[in-house]
Order: sequence, then structure tokens, then C-alpha cells
Amino acid sequence: MSNLFEIKGLKSEIEGKEILKGFDLTIKAGEVHAIMGPNGTGKSTLASSIMGHPKYEVTEGQVFLNGEDVLEMGVDERALAGLFLAMQYPSEITGVTNADFLRSAINARRGEGNEISLIKFVRQMEGKMKELEMNPEFMHRYLNEGFSGGEKKRNEILQMMLLEPKLVILDEIDSGLDIDALKIVAAGVNAMRSEERSFLIITHYQRLLNYIKPDHVHVMMQGRIVRSGGPELAERLEAEGYEWIKEELGIVDETVGQA
Amino acid sequence: MAKQMPDMEEYQYGFRDEHKAVFQSGKGLTPEIVRTISEMKGEPEWMLNFRLKSLEQFYKMSMPTWGGDMDELDFNDIQYYVKPSERQGKTWEEVPEEIKATFDKLGIPEAEQKFLAGVSAQYESEVVYHSMQADLEAQGVIFTDTDTALREHPEILKEYFATVVPAADNKFAALNSAVWSGGSFIYVPKGVKCEIPLQAYFRINSENMGQFERTLIIADEGSFVHYVEGCTAPVYSTNSLHSAVVEIIVKKDARVRYTTIQNWAPNIYNLVTKRAVAEENATMEWVDGNIGSKLTMKYPAVILKGRGAKGMVLSIAVAGKGQHQDAGAKMIHLAPDTTSTIVSKSISKHGGKVTYRGLASFGRNAEGAKANIKCDTLILDNLSTSDTIPYNEIFNDNVTLEHEATVSKVSEDQLFYLMSRGLSEAEATQMIVMGFIEPFTKELPMEYAVEMNRLIKFEMEGSIG
Repeated sequence: MSNLFEIKGLKSEIEGKEILKGFDLTIKAGEVHAIMGPNGTGKSTLASSIMGHPKYEVTEGQVFLNGEDVLEMGVDERALAGLFLAMQYPSEITGVTNADFLRSAINARRGEGNEISLIKFVRQMEGKMKELEMNPEFMHRYLNEGFSGGEKKRNEILQMMLLEPKLVILDEIDSGLDIDALKIVAAGVNAMRSEERSFLIITHYQRLLNYIKPDHVHVMMQGRIVRSGGPELAERLEAEGYEWIKEELGIVDETVGQA
Repeated sequence: MAKQMPDMEEYQYGFRDEHKAVFQSGKGLTPEIVRTISEMKGEPEWMLNFRLKSLEQFYKMSMPTWGGDMDELDFNDIQYYVKPSERQGKTWEEVPEEIKATFDKLGIPEAEQKFLAGVSAQYESEVVYHSMQADLEAQGVIFTDTDTALREHPEILKEYFATVVPAADNKFAALNSAVWSGGSFIYVPKGVKCEIPLQAYFRINSENMGQFERTLIIADEGSFVHYVEGCTAPVYSTNSLHSAVVEIIVKKDARVRYTTIQNWAPNIYNLVTKRAVAEENATMEWVDGNIGSKLTMKYPAVILKGRGAKGMVLSIAVAGKGQHQDAGAKMIHLAPDTTSTIVSKSISKHGGKVTYRGLASFGRNAEGAKANIKCDTLILDNLSTSDTIPYNEIFNDNVTLEHEATVSKVSEDQLFYLMSRGLSEAEATQMIVMGFIEPFTKELPMEYAVEMNRLIKFEMEGSIG
């Protein structure tokens, strides 16, 4: 299998404070990787830096998607190249319906003159919403406005399903979900798994990984990966917590900024 | 020194045609010019006298000391009357070719085929084309230009003309009263409900020419009409003045909606007096979109005169580089149980300035009256500014007044979110702006909503980086 996604020595800071301190990770096509770790270890910064949030400044390192350096691209170009970030806190956009937004996003990929027909789009969107057990009215609701935490997460997965990205980053997609919603979201993700598509799942808890089986599990502390393993690593973390890793590595404070 | 051309952003409708006017009044304003205008129109004595008295008012009144900067506005440098052709076309075929070409560029014939109940397109100072669907006529609806109304329906016109906006109301109302020309006249008889909007297109097209149209709408008891007006103007190198007066009488149980989208070139002074009187249980709705112009001062007003009357103003204002939109609304509650709603949306960009200026007034008899005011501003960059100036007058203890104002910027997180789905920065900004004005666009007839979205899209292009 080829390397779909590579992160090399990534350093990133916010407001002058370095959060990522040399992050390395290689993901092959079709793989699912989970990144686990306590709060404040740089997990969400990793997601935002890869996608290009303007608050985060990448100071060193490279990120390749299919051999292309995405750090050279604008946020929209990264999306068009095949990156997708399901966000922990999606923005609300008043006055813009979910359907209008998604159709524009799809058409941004298809280009001028090749826009998706309205009927085809509506069918696709309805179909995916059904899979996610979303109320059809969400099609015409304003983007994320007044959505509950769980509804926002489902809406992120809906976008992922319709935009068919190559590399999906799920940032704490399980937070705020009850067990039924978690199962539905996981089923949505599993339905998207394929030989060509890879996933990077960021989570606090092992719970999500009961439903989305990762190929590799990584533990993040102090802004970098400190331990990697298979699904058994996640299970041990669930049973024993993070202390044993800290002890083994001699880490007192796992958060960033305490090098 | 010659006046400098204002620094303009590219203006889409900046084409000019070669049409030669039959008569031009020359620059400046004198009683002789007013007499000539009246004479050429073959007006009755009372109208000539009204014009001359108004002119005296105009001379006497001072310029407003508030609002926008009018230092560059020179009343002696404006042409007060241009008559484009000797007669008015009744059918499309009869309309002069050059004028038609201009309308073609604006897409009017196409629009007409689809939706129009009647078209009355103002070209320079006279209405040159006007048509009306037969069923409206059969219902007794009068829809014509105001000059024709003066000739053909003098008794109705005389009864209502200048009763809502008297000449002495303000300097620009006085000016309009002295030199008015064109505009729409609508009379809807008792109980008649016009199902299709009546529409007029306006266009200024002679350098330095003022456009002083005068619109009068009378909705008799229990009737309904929706009047729609869209304006575009070509680019000129010196300042142009547009100063209209719109008067609306909404009788008992009647409802009038007046929709305007104005897209002025960035050198136009747009100083307009719009006012309606709503009688018992009547409803008046102003839907008012202002894009462009050098300075717009416009505050659609509703005098809520009868018990239970309702007033609404829904407006958007977009100000770009070198532009000032000083716009708002006035709600005058004079009777019990009257209600009013003002929703004002403003966008400023490239150093543009938007001001919301509004009045909510409750008279002694306004027992149980309610007013709800919501002003939202979206600022697209650090050069642009906004102000909110609400005035309240309350002479009754038992009224409810709610005022809410927000100022926001396009947020980094919103842009990031939309762009992370593949939209460019321009597309993302546009989408946020469209969402912001959606409460306005959703109230427009479909073809206008499309036009509005196109205009906003055009306005937003180049707003980025």
C-alpha cells in the first residue's frame, strides 16, 4: 500500500506558543489511525494545523497528501485536494441553508459547467441523511444554527459522506454524543471506509474505537506521538488510563508548554 | 478646478447609450425653468402654482445639518428637466430603438414576459413605456406615470398629491415638488387585490441630470397592491442627484407593499422622501434595498394613523469605497394598538460607511402600541464603519418599544469552516453576506431575489485581499 498521507516534523504554534513539537505520522491508503491522549496535549491543534486554520502558524515540517505538500495550499485548496476535517465545534452560518451550502461545496469540486443537478443532489443528500437518521428538515435549516451538539456532529459526517474526501480527520467526533448517536455516526464512517480512503480519528476515549476499528493507535503527549500500537493499545488505555505511559517515559506533565 | 471623477469600483451597468433628448432644460434652477417644465407638460394652473410655491420653499429652506456630507452637491450644476421623446410608447415596438437597447441591457422585455403585470420604465425624466395587463384594467386599477395621471385623473391626483409629503417637509421634498417629473401613479379601488406585483424600472441617463420622480399610490379600503421598483444608473464623471418623493395612502383594511432595489453608480446623491399613511387596520410594508450611490439619505416612514394599523420597514444598505448609506426608517404611532417592525441590515466594505438612523414615535393616543427595531451591521474590513442612531419619542406610558442592534465582522472561524469544505475565500465571504441579508432577499419577488443575489455577488467580488 502506498503512503497516502505523511506528516514530517510538524511544528505549530498559536499566539507565539509552540503546541506541536515535531509531529511525525504516516498513513497508508485505506488505513484508520486513532490519536488518543489527555486534554491539552495538542490533538486539536494537529487537526487545525493540517487543515490550515489561520490562528495556527506552522513553523516547521511538511504534510503530504498523495505526495503533494498541503502546507503550500490555501484552506480551500486543501479541501479540494481531498482533505476533510470534521470539526469539534463547527461554525454556525445564519441565512445559509444546509442544502445550499453543501451543493456549493460539491460544485466547488465539480467545477464550472459541470454542476450537479438539483434533483440528483437532493436525492443524494436525502439518502445520506436517512442513513444518519437525520430529520429531513435539517436540509433546509440554516447551517448548524440551533443544532444540538449531536446534530452538529451528524451534520459533519453528512458533509463527509457527500464530499467523499481522501483523508478524513475526525476531531472529537464522539464528544457530546449519546450511545445511539455514536453508533449511527460510527456506521456512517464505516460505510465510507475503502481501499482509497484513510481516516485520522482524534479522541479522548476508547469508546468510539469499539465501533470504528482502528488499524493503528497513537498516544499523543507534549505535542508529539509518544507511543504507537494496534487496537490493543487503546484497550489498555481504557482499562489503565495514561499514567503507565507517563511513568514509562518519565513524563510528569503530559500537556504542552512544559517541555 | 475640474471636479475629480470619484474613485469607482467597476460598475456593471456603466454603459451609456447615444439617445439625444428632445428638450434639455440646461443647468440651474429658476422660476423660468419651472414655468417651462410645467408649460411643456401642459399642466393645469394649480400644479404650476404648486411648483412655484415649492420653489420658493426650496430657496428658503436650509440644507440638513445632519446625515451625510453634501458639500460637493451644487444645485446650479444640475439639469432639472430632460424630455427624452415627444410621445410615450404604448407598445414595446413603438419605443425608440436606442432606449430599447438600454432596456435590453437591463433585461426588461424578458422579465416582462414572465412576471410583469405592468411595466412603467422611467427613462430620464419621462415615462416612455408603460403597459398594463388587461385584467388589472378591468378591475379598475389605474397604473400610469404621474404626468399622465395629472392629465387623465386630475381629481384623484389633486385630492391626494402632496398630502403625505408636503413641499415644506424638507429641502429635497421642496425641490422635488418644484421640478418633479415622471414617477408612478397607482390607484387600487375598494376591495381589489392585485395578485401580481406592479413594476417600474428607473434609470438616470443624462449627465448631471437630476431625476425627480414623484410617486403616488392610493390603496382604497380593503385593497392590496405590491409595487416593485428597481433602479440602475450609468457611470458619470460629475455628481448626479436623485431626489424622489413617494407618497402612499393605505386606507382602512388595505395593504401596500413597496419594494425597491436601488443600485446607484458611486457618484449619485440619492436623497429620497418616502412616506405612507396607514389608516385603521391597514398595513404598509417598505422593502428597501440600497446599493451604491455616493450618499443615500432615505428613511421610509409610516404614519400609523388608524387603530390597529401596522407598519414594516425591511431594509438593506451596502456601502463600498467612498460611499455613505445614511438610511433607516420612521414609525409614527398616532393611534391605539398600532404596531411596527423595523429590520435594518447594513454592510460596509472598502472603507464604506453605513448609518442607521431611525425614529420610533408614540403620540398621546398610541395606547397599547408596539414597536420592534432590529439593526444588524456586518463590517467586512477594518477600513469600514457603522453607526446606529435611534431616536425615540414617547408620549404615552402604555407602549412597548424593543430595540436590538448588533455589529459583527465576518469571523475567521466561519471563513475557515466554509473554506475547509472547498469554497474559495470570495465564495465563503459571499455566502456569509448572502446569509446575512437573507431575511431581506426572501421577501423579494423571485426575479428580484435572483437579481439581488447577482448584485451582491458582483459587489463582493474584489472584496477579498
